[in-house]
Amino acid sequence: MKKTASILAGAALALSIASAQAATLKMAYDADPVSLDPYEQLSGGTLQLSHLTHDPLLRWDRNLGFEPRLAEKWERVDDNTMRFHLRKGVKFHSGNDFTAKDVAFTFKRLQDSPDFKGIFAPFKELKVVDDHTIDMVTKEPFPLVLNNMTYLFPMDSQFFSGEDANGKPKDLLVKHGDSFASRNISGTGPFTVSSRQQGVKVEFQRTADYWDAASPGNVDKIVLTPIKEAPTRVAALLSGDVDFIAPVPPTDHKRLKGSDKVDLVTLGGTRIITFQMNQERVEAFKDPKVRLAIAYAINQEGIVKKIMKGFATPGAQFSPKGYLGHNPALTPRYDLKKAKQLMKEAGYENGFNITMMAPNNRYVNDAKIAQAVASMLSKINIKVDLKTMPKAQYWPEFDKRAADMMMIGWHSDTEDTNNFFEFLSACPNKDTGWGQYNSGNYCNKKIDSMIAEANATTDVEKRTKIMQEMEKIVYDEAGFIPLHWQNLSWGARKGVNVDPVVNVMNFPYLGDLVVEE
Amino acid sequence: MIAFFIKRFFQAVVVMFVISLISFSIQDNLGDPLRELVGQAVSEEERQALRDEMGLNDPFLVQYVRFAKNALQGDLGESYFFKEPALEVILNKFPATLELVIGATFIIVLFSVPLGVYSAIKPQSVFSKAVMGFSIVGISIPVFLTAIGLIYLFSIELGWMPSYGRGETVEILGFWESGFFTQDGLEHLILPCFTLASIMLPLFIRLIRAEMMEVLQSEYVKFAWAKGISPRRIYFLHALKNTMLPVITVGGVQIGTMVAYTILTETVFQWPGMGFLFLEAVNRVDTPLIVAYLIVVGAIFVVTNTLVDLIYGLVNPTVKLAGR
Repeated sequence: MKKTASILAGAALALSIASAQAATLKMAYDADPVSLDPYEQLSGGTLQLSHLTHDPLLRWDRNLGFEPRLAEKWERVDDNTMRFHLRKGVKFHSGNDFTAKDVAFTFKRLQDSPDFKGIFAPFKELKVVDDHTIDMVTKEPFPLVLNNMTYLFPMDSQFFSGEDANGKPKDLLVKHGDSFASRNISGTGPFTVSSRQQGVKVEFQRTADYWDAASPGNVDKIVLTPIKEAPTRVAALLSGDVDFIAPVPPTDHKRLKGSDKVDLVTLGGTRIITFQMNQERVEAFKDPKVRLAIAYAINQEGIVKKIMKGFATPGAQFSPKGYLGHNPALTPRYDLKKAKQLMKEAGYENGFNITMMAPNNRYVNDAKIAQAVASMLSKINIKVDLKTMPKAQYWPEFDKRAADMMMIGWHSDTEDTNNFFEFLSACPNKDTGWGQYNSGNYCNKKIDSMIAEANATTDVEKRTKIMQEMEKIVYDEAGFIPLHWQNLSWGARKGVNVDPVVNVMNFPYLGDLVVEE
Repeated sequence: MIAFFIKRFFQAVVVMFVISLISFSIQDNLGDPLRELVGQAVSEEERQALRDEMGLNDPFLVQYVRFAKNALQGDLGESYFFKEPALEVILNKFPATLELVIGATFIIVLFSVPLGVYSAIKPQSVFSKAVMGFSIVGISIPVFLTAIGLIYLFSIELGWMPSYGRGETVEILGFWESGFFTQDGLEHLILPCFTLASIMLPLFIRLIRAEMMEVLQSEYVKFAWAKGISPRRIYFLHALKNTMLPVITVGGVQIGTMVAYTILTETVFQWPGMGFLFLEAVNRVDTPLIVAYLIVVGAIFVVTNTLVDLIYGLVNPTVKLAGR
């Protein structure tokens, strides 16, 4: 007995010497993950967690290119098939070996998940070729196979087989209510969850023998605390209680920049904030001239400078820079004189009254932005009756299309231009689900056919052209009013080198984080 | 005494029934819980299917009867976010809130009694005037600002105090996560307790002062002076005892209110208690949790008021509990 104890102590000592460089990272986000099941909810929080505890087949790099992870390489077999060669010698946290079986298991869960099945709808099946090779087969030629594979975080099929204590299958996916998968984790990722108190803190432990030996990451323990209030989060960083926080509110940027103890890292984001003009509720919005007048009356740069304190990128289209469809020719076009003239040409020189709604706790400074837009519209004699409300109440109103102009922000789940159009600018269509968030009822059949065309085009160059043209058409017709892309921000204690691991998708690859003392 | 308890019990049941009915009927106006449960790209049909599954499309009465049936068996529904019984979630957070309230009460008692008594005895002294001035300022600053100010000064600038959370806790009695027994836990308590106390402290100083001044004018105190009793006995035995009667009444009600004030304090300090939980639940439209919280707080009010009545009876034997 005594001998065992001393051996254990010796082993512990050896371990502590070996990991002398290892560091603990205390971090604070505005929320903690809803569930440990990667496919229960499609949200930023879930993806941030998945990138800690799991590895995708491939992941986005900083420039929106692809980086191999659990898939070492891939090639196109035919128009509808892409073959992936999986990494060998990878183990799950449970000790089970990672094979093609696990990918097939995970793919099946993805197709069952209400949140993810939409993204994976174009896929017909997953064929297991051998233990370390799979074929992804799509129904039709599909350009976004690789984009979608960044969502495939293989789960441990052996670990999740069988039944839990309540007699339910362990792999059951439950959106509300308890499930084994929402409380237990076995991935291949750099970290595993060692303890979790929902809403209070989550602790992560570095995986022993993580397969990615090339990763420079030296963090062996992460303590994630949700701190909801932004001033408290910032205070926790400045007082040294935590090493790393996100997001940093724009009002505190100056303070963080001025401090010699912490660093502020910002990146241009990909979430576009827009207003939609409801053509069914307001006759005047059917006239492209009126919509254009509004587009000319809105000063995007002014909003970014005055309200967002520079913490956003003014935009005149859906796609941020880096997306295939980003059309560099489309820029904000604030010109009050032109706006007034267009109103006059359309016969609305004396303006009209409209209602407007916006959330007040969903996007950065959302209510203030809506106020600014309302006052800009008053300059072309459009009088706005503005109502702002918490997001919990706002979305039901949005679904009812309860106001003439409504605010919505959108991030493309596929990091692809077409996603914006499908949801926000396609003709609303109950059968296809297109235009689900198009409260403006802007409808241009040409755009719809181009969306379909882009969806079926695998040639990148051709696809880029189609989507850039789509942006141009909607811009020329002022189908909606784009405002800006929200930037992203992280604050870190000096010595915590977050800059190389953060990205525009807002899921930092903390497995590769290097912390110097 | 027994009749008093039985009466109180039925009052409590009625209060909780009314609360449950009100909170249940407003839940539709809080927003759509589905929005918080699913991603934005999920189709309307999927949402409707989930709504059906969760019984959210049933008529109000059906939903309420289902809820009431379960509630009578102690089941207040399951939180959407925590995926655990709502009551359990709230009771898990209860110790954190209670410790905060105990800490704040301790501070209030520690400061309000001596300060109140002193400023009643020496109303013209500079110190008394300073205390009164401070209490006006204290009463008019919002909790939120007090909290941020304290964090800024003591956590960031001076670096003496931790800025958020409960720190290290130990488990006592098998279920109670307590911060009272570790140095780290106590350090974490100081700022939130002072913040919470800052609302009530000025009120109690003023209340004690006013009551004490009134008592000091009364006949029996004058008589005591005439008898030549030592000032200390007069102030702290004869006068203070009668001063405390109304203070206890107000105090009991205020402790209930304080539980409500914890919402703000807990939010700023990321204190993992009931109040913070409630605010989060509202944001997430976690309706079962919201309803359960309101019922639990209703119960706390009933219990504290009952306790106040009991203590009142002890301090002043002329008060009869059962009435006629």
